[in-house]
Amino acid sequence: MIVSSQAGIDETPLVARAREGDARAFGELVQQYEGKIFRLAQHVTQNREDAEDVLQETFMKAYEHLDQFQGNSKFYTWIVRIAVNQALMKLRRRKTDRSVSLDETIDTGEDTVVREIAAWGEDPEQRFSREELGGILDSAIQSLEPSYRSVFVLRDIDELSTEETADVLGLSVPAVKSRLLRARLQLREKLTRFFKRKGDDAFAYM
Amino acid sequence: MLTCKDFLNELTDYLDECIDPETRVKLERHITECPNCWVIADTTKKTIQIYKGMDPYPIPPDVETRLMKALEKKMAEKRT
Repeated sequence: MIVSSQAGIDETPLVARAREGDARAFGELVQQYEGKIFRLAQHVTQNREDAEDVLQETFMKAYEHLDQFQGNSKFYTWIVRIAVNQALMKLRRRKTDRSVSLDETIDTGEDTVVREIAAWGEDPEQRFSREELGGILDSAIQSLEPSYRSVFVLRDIDELSTEETADVLGLSVPAVKSRLLRARLQLREKLTRFFKRKGDDAFAYM
Repeated sequence: MLTCKDFLNELTDYLDECIDPETRVKLERHITECPNCWVIADTTKKTIQIYKGMDPYPIPPDVETRLMKALEKKMAEKRT
């Protein structure tokens, strides 16, 4: 596991310099977060072209409205909110004909049903190449419903708190929690198909 | 007595470690007695960990160039 090197760095001085018009300071902030924002945009829009637009629009808007950033939240949370809004707009525009809504999820309760119960084999990072693993993880996320996907991406990949996720998506905390549970269980189910211990492997360890 | 369904409903708070000690004790007792729920909790935890450990892909150079050009233009506009 690679631990984020950005964790714990106080970016307040950098943000302050950017607010005063220091282009280089803003550039540093862009470089720090562009990868995460691009990934978030790809996960939410599921479309490469849209994700590129979202990336660009996010930092343009952030630059434009930098004076509105109050420092009450983390700078990262603030740009994530901009990115999510841009991405959701794209998603709605693209899917109007299919009437996909992020706010409506029909709760049948069936999606918390667990079908596949199997312990995982050796560390998946040993068993699959980085590319293969990335492909498996991405396609599992893509198969989630948009309303579960955004919650999972913000909460578990971008590591926002439950409250921040609720705030960014305009959902209640209980709604975030219930969607997160379903997203996690569905992903677990999908990944188990790839990572479960194989029959012969099980014997090999005995 | 805690059922598997109760356990699943608390799973997110349990894994996020934001649960009161009393409930935690009950959940932990349940997984020592229920192998299925133990596996579900363990593999869900691993699911979250594996996603957390993924680094974002590097931004393709052409996308980066476009972003930087657009920003430079924006900054120049703001200065004038």
